[in-house]
Amino acid sequence: MIQINNLTKSYNRFKALDDINLGFDRGRAISLLGPNGSGKTTLIKSILGLVIPEKGTIKIDCNPVSSDCSYRSMIGYMPQIGRYPDNMTIEQVINMVKELRKDCTKYDDELIIGLGIDKIGNKTMRNLSGGTRQKVSACLAFLFSPEILILDEPTAGLDPVSSELLKEKIISELSKGKLVLMTSHVLSDLEGLTSHIVYLQDGKLMFYRSVEELQDVTGETKLNKVVARMMQYDLPIKNCVS
Amino acid sequence: MKTIIKYVSLDLLRNKTILIYTALLAVISISVLNMDNNASKGLLSLMNITLLFVPLISILFATIYFFNSIEFIELLLAQPIKRNKVLLAEYTGLVLSLCAAYAIGVGLPLLILTKQVAALVLLVNGLLLTLTFSGLALLIFVLCKDKTRGIGIAIVISLFFSLLFDGLLLTFIYSFSDYPIDKPIVGLVALNPIDLSRILMLLQLDVSVLMGYSGALFKKLLGSAAGSIYAVVCMMFWVTVPLLIATLKFRKKDL
Amino acid sequence: MLSRNLITIIFFSVAFQAKGATINVYPGQGNLQTTIDKADRGDTLIVHQGLYKEHDILVNKKLTIKGDDFPVIDGGKKYQLFFITADSVVIEGLQVQNTGRSSMTDMAGIRLQNVSHVIVRNNLLLYNTYGIYLQNSSYCAILNNIALANAKDELNNGNGIHAWKCNHLLIRNNKISGHRDGIYFEFVTDSKISHNISILNVRYGLHFMFSSNDAYLQNQFVDNGAGVAVMFSKNVIMLNNTFRHNWGDAAYGILLKEISDSKIEHNYFTKNTVAIYMEGTNRINVANNEFDENGWAMRIQASCNANMFEGNNFQANSFDVATNGTMMLNTFDHNYWDKYDGYDLDKDKTGDVPYYPVSIYAVVTERVPVTMILYRSFLTDIMDQVEKVLPSVIPEQLKDDHPMMKKWDLK
Repeated sequence: MIQINNLTKSYNRFKALDDINLGFDRGRAISLLGPNGSGKTTLIKSILGLVIPEKGTIKIDCNPVSSDCSYRSMIGYMPQIGRYPDNMTIEQVINMVKELRKDCTKYDDELIIGLGIDKIGNKTMRNLSGGTRQKVSACLAFLFSPEILILDEPTAGLDPVSSELLKEKIISELSKGKLVLMTSHVLSDLEGLTSHIVYLQDGKLMFYRSVEELQDVTGETKLNKVVARMMQYDLPIKNCVS
Repeated sequence: MKTIIKYVSLDLLRNKTILIYTALLAVISISVLNMDNNASKGLLSLMNITLLFVPLISILFATIYFFNSIEFIELLLAQPIKRNKVLLAEYTGLVLSLCAAYAIGVGLPLLILTKQVAALVLLVNGLLLTLTFSGLALLIFVLCKDKTRGIGIAIVISLFFSLLFDGLLLTFIYSFSDYPIDKPIVGLVALNPIDLSRILMLLQLDVSVLMGYSGALFKKLLGSAAGSIYAVVCMMFWVTVPLLIATLKFRKKDL
Repeated sequence: MLSRNLITIIFFSVAFQAKGATINVYPGQGNLQTTIDKADRGDTLIVHQGLYKEHDILVNKKLTIKGDDFPVIDGGKKYQLFFITADSVVIEGLQVQNTGRSSMTDMAGIRLQNVSHVIVRNNLLLYNTYGIYLQNSSYCAILNNIALANAKDELNNGNGIHAWKCNHLLIRNNKISGHRDGIYFEFVTDSKISHNISILNVRYGLHFMFSSNDAYLQNQFVDNGAGVAVMFSKNVIMLNNTFRHNWGDAAYGILLKEISDSKIEHNYFTKNTVAIYMEGTNRINVANNEFDENGWAMRIQASCNANMFEGNNFQANSFDVATNGTMMLNTFDHNYWDKYDGYDLDKDKTGDVPYYPVSIYAVVTERVPVTMILYRSFLTDIMDQVEKVLPSVIPEQLKDDHPMMKKWDLK
């Protein structure tokens, strides 16, 4: 569904992404892992068209990202930091996005109700806590039932109840055959959600494998142990590019 | 695009800075216009205030606003909307509210308390300066990665146009005072939107005679309708060119 | 001396008038001139109401020509009207109109040639090239006349009251408008111009050259193309006049050129581009005048010496004083300047620090006029403020050591 070929991006001399080749299929839940500054956010932003790649192509359903912005109607994006105009109310933000997406008339407001966002609709963004803003971002990402969900640190800052609710939502979307691409620093949060792991370091792709495979290779079950092992032994990279 | 403009300006119209700015302008305008029983003098004082504060506040506020909106712009860009539309919509929403502030703060008292054509010219001037300096702020935002640096550049730009440029112009005039430089100077003045708007305003008031007295050419070049049109056209360039560059550069900007 | 002249004039005219016969004149071809020719010296002609299409009317003997309810003498835009060539003639109550226009001769409504003790009063002079033209005459009085014309440029028009090579004139209470110069004096001495109103003339409200020992008092010069010009004269007294709204690219309240030993006192200068412009003037006393809302209150060229400026009020002028010189041999003292922001700790009603009436920007524009393009810019404001704190460019001598804290009451 998403096909990335030879993607390279550098900021001045620093290489944020170095010749990345990846392919993401439907129904997969892909976790982007890697230390700070390894290029996760750059990769996500490249897919969204926010970062213009230097070399390489990104295709979504065979359409190159650079040609046209209409592919973005397939994507629900939840940013790492959600900041909205101070004096807008939650309701206004949601209404605005709805008005921007005239193509879609069926809204998925499961999260809006589940997270209780509908009850505080007239609060202004300025007065919201970071967690509540995250909730709003999550609601917006899922609002149009997109085919692809890109979630940058989705559970960071959320309370455990909301975090669980969001995870359940992600799982239910996965079961509908959607593609979920997410990053997180808290590996345990991704436990049970992830089907594949992409590991980036210094802009380079270290490995891209399914969780089962990794568990086989390392003999560990916990996600953080698996990753730690992979790093320790410096296992040969065997990517499952599809 | 309309949707974004609508929501952005709705947001900004409730912005505290904008509200204080409007109130401050209104208080100054009303007191200045009431203090001087000579309307043309009140206009001159208001012109000075406009030339000093409108560029500075427009560019600073806009720069800070654009940099603060970066995450919001990202969110909008994750929607199937063209980049330039998002950028121009942000700009339009911003200038709508800044212009509304000026129109209410200065324009309204002007139209109520004076009945001169010059008052209208001042209003248009203030609005054009708002557009110009917001456009420059947009350009700073597009070309600059860092907010702090952006604000620094914004301050430098507004200082440059309100003070430094005139200093350089004065030096230039002094160094070449033995040559016929009236025409080059009329050309050079076009490089500063604040000077353009000052001259445009002065030409509407009777003090323009003082300019004609010292250099008949100014009155001839600028005093005619053609001169005013020249100034307005240059101002239009100042509004559109930064916007154009900003949209071109924004296509390639990494967020 | 002037008032004695006046008494002499009036005495003579009244005394001789009583002796003659009274002759009535009615409209009709050639009637006026024939009547004048037939009349005896000292007769009084009563010209009755109506239209007299006569021209080149020669008055060559002492007569009193008196209009009854403004009879109209019309030159049909081709000819001159009255020629007065005899002394002690009185012309009054006539409407003299439509002289011709010529580049060869100065066509006048009433022309006085080589005469003395002539009185021209209470006449209406409409659309004449020259209204009243005095030539080589003395002891004449021009009183209460109204001269209107609609001159559009300087070239083809004449002056309201024109005097050349005269002495002991009294020009009083006339209203002049729409001529080239309102009142024109050339080689006129020992004369007095008072209570006249000269407005909307194309060039000068009063044009005054090579004329010494004259006084002009309580006149109003308003909205004239170039204000008032006083040139190449000595001992001129200017009191209680009003110079208002002489506003334009080259307009002055008063333009003084090569004037010496004169007085300019108790005048009002409002809204003139330049209230007083001085070039080559010496020993002039400018005192107790009001300068209000002028572009430049004074432009003093370096060629001016030993002039005294005291007790004046300067307020709301764009520039108080401008000069192209660095050395100033003129004195400013005890003036009120609204731009003065000094203090008065010893309570003697004058400021304790001197006031420098020339702003740095005024100096700059005087040296390089093109810098006027920066008028009212933030930069020039700052320059002036800096110069106030740290004077460096402005001539040190050019200052008022006793600036008044309060306005003079000049009413």
